[in-house]
Amino acid sequence: MRLTGAKALVRSLEEEGVEVIFGIPGGVVLPIYDALYDSGIRNILTRHEQGAVHAADGYARATGRVGVCIATSGPGATNLVTGIATAYMDSVPLVAFTGQVATNLIGTDAFQEADTTGITMPIVKHSYLVKDPADLPQVIQEAFYIASSGRPGPVVVDVPVDVSRGELDYRRAETISLPGYRPTTKGHRRQIKEAASLILKAERPVVYAGGGAIISGAAEELRRLAEENRLPVTTTLMGKGAFPESHPLSLGMLGMHGTRYANYAMCETDLIIALGARFDDRITGKLSEFAPHARVIHVDIDPAEIGKNVSVDVPIVGDLRLVLKELNAVLAAQRDSHGAADLKPWHDLISEWKEKYPLRYEMGEKIKPQFVVEKLHQLTRGGAIVCTEVGQNQMWAAQYYRVDRPRRWISSGGLGTMGYGLPASLGAQVGCPKETVIDIAGDGSIQMTSQELATAVLECLPVKIAILNNGYLGMVRQWQQLFYQKRYSGSCLRRGESPDFVKLAEAYGMLGLRAIHPEEVEETIRRALEHEGPVLMDFVVEEEENVFPMVAPGAPLYEMIGDVLYPVERVHPEKAEEPFL
Amino acid sequence: MRHTLSVLVENKPGVLARVAGLFARRGFNIESLAVGTTDRPDISRMTIVVDVAEKSLEQVRKQLHKLVSVIEISDLDPGRSVDRELLLIKIKVNRETRSEVIEMVDIFRGKIVDVGKDAIIVEVTGNSSKIAAFEDLVRNYGIKELARTGKVALPRG
Repeated sequence: MRLTGAKALVRSLEEEGVEVIFGIPGGVVLPIYDALYDSGIRNILTRHEQGAVHAADGYARATGRVGVCIATSGPGATNLVTGIATAYMDSVPLVAFTGQVATNLIGTDAFQEADTTGITMPIVKHSYLVKDPADLPQVIQEAFYIASSGRPGPVVVDVPVDVSRGELDYRRAETISLPGYRPTTKGHRRQIKEAASLILKAERPVVYAGGGAIISGAAEELRRLAEENRLPVTTTLMGKGAFPESHPLSLGMLGMHGTRYANYAMCETDLIIALGARFDDRITGKLSEFAPHARVIHVDIDPAEIGKNVSVDVPIVGDLRLVLKELNAVLAAQRDSHGAADLKPWHDLISEWKEKYPLRYEMGEKIKPQFVVEKLHQLTRGGAIVCTEVGQNQMWAAQYYRVDRPRRWISSGGLGTMGYGLPASLGAQVGCPKETVIDIAGDGSIQMTSQELATAVLECLPVKIAILNNGYLGMVRQWQQLFYQKRYSGSCLRRGESPDFVKLAEAYGMLGLRAIHPEEVEETIRRALEHEGPVLMDFVVEEEENVFPMVAPGAPLYEMIGDVLYPVERVHPEKAEEPFL
Repeated sequence: MRHTLSVLVENKPGVLARVAGLFARRGFNIESLAVGTTDRPDISRMTIVVDVAEKSLEQVRKQLHKLVSVIEISDLDPGRSVDRELLLIKIKVNRETRSEVIEMVDIFRGKIVDVGKDAIIVEVTGNSSKIAAFEDLVRNYGIKELARTGKVALPRG
C-alpha cells in the first residue's frame, strides 16, 4: 500500500494500539498532524511541550501502556528534554516523536534546527533519526518494543519533514530483529534457590521494593512473598503501591524522608531482599554505613543496577514478577522440608518502633500540609490516583497518602522534576477517565507548568489539584533553615496576595477554592470531589512547616533529624561512646 | 588496570557517538578506540582500551550492553589474544642520519612509505610496547609528526 511517511507513521501508531497522543504542532510536524486529522487517535493539545511529555508519562504510569508525545523541531524538541529525562530516570515507557528539518538541511543551522538525537542521547533508552520514509514502519515497531520491554524507557524518533512528506510501500514487519537487544526475563534457577534458603534462614529480613515491582506487575507475587514468609516490606517513593501500605507488614517508605521504623529496620536487618530497586542515594544515606549487617539479594531486570552501589550476595537478573513466582514456589517447598527462622523477636522490635515513632505532626492555628494530605486520603478512601509535584508536597504526600494498589502513585522520583504533577495528572486522567485523579502540588512546582490548567479545562479532564501553598520553594527553604542558618536566599514566592491561585484557576474557567483555616479543609475537599470538572484547591498552609523525619544528605540512615535519638551502638558497637549527632 | 574491550556493534550512524558518550558521562576514560567494519558489512568492531578498576570495568561492560546498538562485548585476555597498532611517523633526517634511521626501521621491520628532502615517513606495526620502543629510539633524530591508529585486537584460536 502506497502511503506518505506521515500517514505511515499514524498507521503504525494505530497498529501499536495507540489511543492518544499529547503534543503541539509546528512547522515540520504539520504533515503528521494533517494525517492525525483523519485518524481515530485522540490528539491532546498541551500548552507547552514539557506538558505534553509529562502527560504522556503520567498516562504511561497510570495505565502501563506506552505514552506517546509529539513536538516540532528545534525548540519543540528541546522543550521535551526535561520530560524525556524524567521518564528515563523512572523507567517509563515513552515514545517521543520530534519533527526535524528536511534531510538536505540537516547540519546547516536551518530555521528551528536542533540536533535532537544528539541532545537526547544520554537520556534515552534508544533513538532514531529516520532518513528514509521506507524505514518508518520498522523504526516505529522497534521504538514501541524497546520502550516497553526489558527495563522500560523513552525512545525518541526524529522525523525530518521530507521523510513525512515522502512516500513508501507500507508493510509491517512480521518479527523484530534487534541483535543487540535481548532483555533477560527468566531468573537463574540456582540463584533463586539460594535466595530462598537465605530468606528462610534470616532472622531479621526486610523486603525493599522499588518501581520495578510496579512496572513488572509483581504486586500480587510480592504480597504472597511477604504474607507467606511474614516479611516486613518497605517501599521506595517509586514503589509506593507495590505493596499495600495499610498492610500490617508494611513499613511505609524508607530513605531520606522515610519512616523511622523503615530506616531503623534497614539499619538492623540481616537480609535485604531488594526487588526492582536501585539503592539510590536518597535510600541508602551514607553508603559506607548502609545496612552494616545485611546480606543482600537483589532482583532486577537491568544487570547494570546489580552491584552498582551496594555489593550483592545473591544477584538475580530477570523480570520481577516471573522471578517472584518461581521464588514463591521454591520457598513453599523449602519451608515444608526445612522450616523457617523464628521472626517473632524481629516483628516485636518493629512493632515497638512503629508504636514509639509513628509519622506525626502537631495541629496549629494555620492549616498543616500533612493534615490536608490526610484528609485527601480519608475523603477519597485512599482510592484516588495521586500525582505529585516535587519537594515538600511530594514528601508529605508520600508520607500521609497511603497507597494500596499499584499505578495509583505517580511522582517524579529519580529526576525530581518540579512541574511534573499537573501535566502527569492530565495524562493519568486521560488513561483512567473513571478514576479520581489528584495532583498534590506546591505553589512553587505548579507555577512551572501552570499553563496546563488550560489543557485540563479545554480537554474536560476533571483533575483535582491541591496546592499546599506555603509561599516558598518549601524544600529549599527547609534546607536553608537546617543547613544555611535560615538565610532564605531566593526561595520566597509570595508577596501579599500575589499570586492568587483562585483567580488563576478562574481565568482558565476552572473552579478555584481556597482554604485558610483548618476547619475549612474538609469542606473544600468535599466540594472539589463533588464538582464534575477540574478544580484547583488553594490550601494556605503553615509557611515554615518541615518534612520530618529526615536523614540529612550524606548522613547514615540511623541519624534522623528530630527529637528521637537512635542508639547507635546497636549498629556500630564501636561508636557507643561517641556523642550522638 | 588496563583492559582491551572488543565490542561488536551495529554499523549504523551515531553508534560511535553513543559509545563514546556513554564512556564520557559515566566518567570512564578511553585510552584508545579503533573502529572498522567486520566481515559482515552491517557489523563493526570497536577495540577500546580503558584503564579502570575491576569493579568499574563490570559497570562499563554492563552499561555498554544496555546500548541497543551493542551486540557483543569481550574483555580480551592479553595472554590469549593478539593485538596490533599501526604507527605512521615523520622523522627528521639529514645526510648523516638517514642511513642510521633506515637501519633502525629494518630492525623493527618497519617500512619507509615516503621520503622527503629532510624527512622520511615510516610505517611500523606491532603491539603497543614495540611501537613505544621505536618511538623512543627515533626521538633523538626529531619527530615532526606522528599518527597512531589505536589498538586493534582479536582473541586467539
